[in-house]
Amino acid sequence: MSDTRTIKVNGKEIDVDPALTLLQACEVAGEEIPRFCYHERLSVAGNCRMCLIEVAGGPPKPVASCAQNVKDLRPGPDGAPPELFTNTPMVKKAREGVMEFLLINHPLDCPICDQGGECDLQDQAVAYGRDDSRFAENKRAVEEKYMGPLIKTIMTRCIQCTRCVRFATEIAGVDDLGLVNRGENAEITTYLEKAVESELTGNLIDVCPVGALTSKPYAFTARPWELRKTETIDVMDAVGSNIRVDSRGREVMRILPRLHADVNEEWIADKSRFIWDGLKNQRLDRPYVRVDGKLKPASWEEAFKAAADKINATDPSKVAALAGDLVSVEAIKGLKDLMGLIGTPHTDCRQDGAHIGVNADGSRAERSSYLFNSTIAGLEEADAILIVGANPRWEAPLVNARIRKKWLNDLSVDVAVIGEALDLTYDYTHLGAGPDSLDNLGDFADTLKNAERPAIIVGMGVLTRADAPALLAKLAKLAGDTGVVTDGWNGYNVLHTAASRVGALDLGFLPGEGGKSTAEILAGAESGEIEVVYNLGADELDAAKLKNAFVIYQGHHGDAGAHAADVIFPAAAYTEQNGMYVNLEGRVQMANRAYFPFGDAREDWAILRAFSERLGKVLPYDDLFALRQAVIADAPVLAGIDAAVEPTSVDLSKLGSDGSVDSAPFLSPVADYFQTNPIARASKTMAECSATVVKKPLLAAE
Amino acid sequence: MLQDKDRIFTNLYGLQDYRLEAAKKRGAWNGTREMIEMGPEWIIQQVKDSGLRGRGGAGFPTGLKWSFMPKEVRDRPHYLVVNADESEPGTCKDREIMRHDPHLFIEGCLIASFAMKAHACYIYIRGEYIFEREQLQRAIDEAYEAKLIGKDNIHGWPFDLYLAHGAGAYICGEETALLESLEGKKGQPRLKPPFPAGAGLYGCPTTVNNVESIAVAPTILRRGAGWFKSFGRDNNAGTKLFCISGHVNKPCNVEEEMSIPLKTLLERHCGGVRGGWDNLKAVIPGGSSVRCLPKDICDDVLMDFDALREHKSGLGTAAVIVMDKSTDMVRAIARIAYFYKHESCGQCTPCREGTGWMWRVLTRMAEGDAEMWEIDKLLDVAGQIEGHTICALGDAAAWPIQGLIQHFRHEIEEKITNYRTGKPHVQVAAAE
Repeated sequence: MSDTRTIKVNGKEIDVDPALTLLQACEVAGEEIPRFCYHERLSVAGNCRMCLIEVAGGPPKPVASCAQNVKDLRPGPDGAPPELFTNTPMVKKAREGVMEFLLINHPLDCPICDQGGECDLQDQAVAYGRDDSRFAENKRAVEEKYMGPLIKTIMTRCIQCTRCVRFATEIAGVDDLGLVNRGENAEITTYLEKAVESELTGNLIDVCPVGALTSKPYAFTARPWELRKTETIDVMDAVGSNIRVDSRGREVMRILPRLHADVNEEWIADKSRFIWDGLKNQRLDRPYVRVDGKLKPASWEEAFKAAADKINATDPSKVAALAGDLVSVEAIKGLKDLMGLIGTPHTDCRQDGAHIGVNADGSRAERSSYLFNSTIAGLEEADAILIVGANPRWEAPLVNARIRKKWLNDLSVDVAVIGEALDLTYDYTHLGAGPDSLDNLGDFADTLKNAERPAIIVGMGVLTRADAPALLAKLAKLAGDTGVVTDGWNGYNVLHTAASRVGALDLGFLPGEGGKSTAEILAGAESGEIEVVYNLGADELDAAKLKNAFVIYQGHHGDAGAHAADVIFPAAAYTEQNGMYVNLEGRVQMANRAYFPFGDAREDWAILRAFSERLGKVLPYDDLFALRQAVIADAPVLAGIDAAVEPTSVDLSKLGSDGSVDSAPFLSPVADYFQTNPIARASKTMAECSATVVKKPLLAAE
Repeated sequence: MLQDKDRIFTNLYGLQDYRLEAAKKRGAWNGTREMIEMGPEWIIQQVKDSGLRGRGGAGFPTGLKWSFMPKEVRDRPHYLVVNADESEPGTCKDREIMRHDPHLFIEGCLIASFAMKAHACYIYIRGEYIFEREQLQRAIDEAYEAKLIGKDNIHGWPFDLYLAHGAGAYICGEETALLESLEGKKGQPRLKPPFPAGAGLYGCPTTVNNVESIAVAPTILRRGAGWFKSFGRDNNAGTKLFCISGHVNKPCNVEEEMSIPLKTLLERHCGGVRGGWDNLKAVIPGGSSVRCLPKDICDDVLMDFDALREHKSGLGTAAVIVMDKSTDMVRAIARIAYFYKHESCGQCTPCREGTGWMWRVLTRMAEGDAEMWEIDKLLDVAGQIEGHTICALGDAAAWPIQGLIQHFRHEIEEKITNYRTGKPHVQVAAAE
């Protein structure tokens, strides 16, 4: 912050940063300024005119406070501080006037409007409007527009604040929305009645200050004041977006973002927001046991007995465990300890087979080798970014939005991609499709070298390949040559796709000594070397390979994993249990229970604890608190909730190992953004999105 | 009366050839190099001394405006943009300049650009002015060919002149909307500050001037600031093109001294009001956006910025619209209200919503189908628009209506009363 400037707001003297707008300065002084078009994270439009205030000494007309900076204020006579007023008759009249204009063509359908109760127009009309209407003419009606399967439009309610247009063009980076026509015929439209092709469209609903853009799946299902609001964490990707789950009874009615400046700002991706109908479909709400080749409903006792009998009858070295992408740290800790008590080293959390978390010599890799070290917010400090084998737009839309934000605000930043040439919403240099390009970066090598804070983003498209160790060695050399890791800056970033992955790696849910990795467990299950597999919510693997083994599946959706199971333990989904998740930056966050799980389903850790008792190998914790103590004892780094990630150095020499490299092009693991996990696959909304957005070859061709 | 020897636009009526040779004989391009050799400070000072006020409507001193440009060209080039988007109803002065005296205008572009250290000048011409565009383009081509302008012209100031064609939107005559349109975006006014002199076209320092302001500059420099200042009252100096339309016997464009009495202007050049001076009802003195004046004010008002301002009207573009007693003032202003409703860009709330509301109320009032209290409501709504918008279109929409109610309230009241007389005491609208 530069020098401050003294101004007076309603007679009260304050010192503010001259770069602030008058609106912000008034807020610093504790004065509320009504606004519609102004939004902290969007450009200033100044068109709603609701934020008019009086500036002493200027022309005798009110000033739009969102559109003027403190530094542009003229000093008063004799150098007295400039004076602002928000409570004069002129301001009151101006606000009433603007409010009246906004309301004359706004329909009076508040009783059936989904924005009701959380509508800026409604609230501000109460606070700043007139008490009656003088408008005797007919109101304007505007045709509805099609904006895709997620956004419902009632365009007659639109007040043309253009927040949505600015969000789409600035944050989401798509030109699909615009304001056409002029005067009172001005309309927000998608021009060609097409869906808004972005993964952040849901945020349009949030930025809309009225009920013009509302949530299509949520339409007419609830009133906001009857919903129970639970603040929790999203698990659809590894970003760990902060969300609020609004539920009624045992039903999630909608999911909204929460503000976290370092993670998701105030946006969330569409999958995080609209996943909720998937939480109601395809649920495992009672235990099952396979009898005569068919899964039959069973009681918990029967299921536990069937599983315990099998494990007790099996040699521990033939028991294996896998952890999925959506499970919490506590559940993984429970499973890890249980496997430890059984005495098997065959555990793995990397169901996609990523080469991560383990050094070439088999030892556990240091934490910074698998984190997004620059942090998400730290990307805004990077001045050159190389993306290798990732499609951040689909793998972590909010990381992509951060890169776009940086790119938009800083002309000097250079972005390059090795991998698929997709539309990432910002310009980048496409260096090539496959590993060969790693040896030949061209001019970009110098760009990286000359950059003060270069960053490399390594995607799962690299790490899941068989030649990943050799590729990692190459990347490590590149990082070393270009100064990606220096004192106070670590630009070596791994872009995870699974919410549970970093937590599991922190706990070391990896093959123990002589243990098998995911691929080896699957192969072992086929060949008979592995007889029992405890599958904790891993659905993204080739479950057919498990058919020879006895599979205990613990999870919440009847997906691939459950189909291959011999015993099913129904578990709670992420909205139904408390748990810790570690995001790709290594940030520990707490998810909270919004409602109780369906039917006989139970929380993950409780199932494991109960099962351990039936097994005769009791896990040493009786409640979640004790379990968390055990987690922290195991991985002390998990003790700091929401702790900012320090830029720790990474030992590049330990990354990867020499080997031959396959020249096949990199492919992102996310082939369909809307279908990446069992909850998404159970969601009709996601299926619809997938059909409208993904199936068209357009996006890939762009 | 302005003598012929003091006219700047000697071919205003197109009686002579518009082309370079003829223009040179009339004085254009005479001594341009010498003027440029005097340096930019001299030019700006001369224009300041001449008391020239912007001819586009707002009447901001032109020399002062030029001096707002950064003194030195730094990392960003300077631009001059000429506003030839002459769309104000009643106004047709720039049209005649571009048709018949384009070389004076082109010379002005060069000199003004030089004064502001701009190597490029854009003329944004109104979409409907197709013949004018062709005419002006021919003149520009001539000037290029004669090396009067261009990269290496005989004046020693590398200078390019581009003619950009609008699409016929009134709002693009607002300087920042014009810049948006010139950049290829939708013509919507920008927020100020930053003003164009700081960040204008493509974010570079820019000055936007009216055609007439630019076209008179070379003659002012040739004949001296004192000469120009000798016309008109203090602070309202110079000669001015007046466009007189409406109920006069001979509507015309004419160059006259500033501060000429309105009555003299009409009687001398237009053959007087149709049916005699006593048949006059009202005059809109500066294009449709200023408040109208009733006859008793017209009797002795002077045509300049300050005199009209005293009567809460304005000189605007000096487009005098004369209305005799046959005029239905309410319908006339309702038509103007329709124009502003139609031309509002829709960006900011008061103008977008208010112009349509006012037009609808006025349309009803023109029939008499309104309540008495609605007159005050209309005035209040107009006041809620005026001064609350991003650009001046909101003001322009409000002023005619305020003028109507100020001076012709009785006519509205009469209409409302007449409408009711003899009608049964039921709501007619509901039965329809």
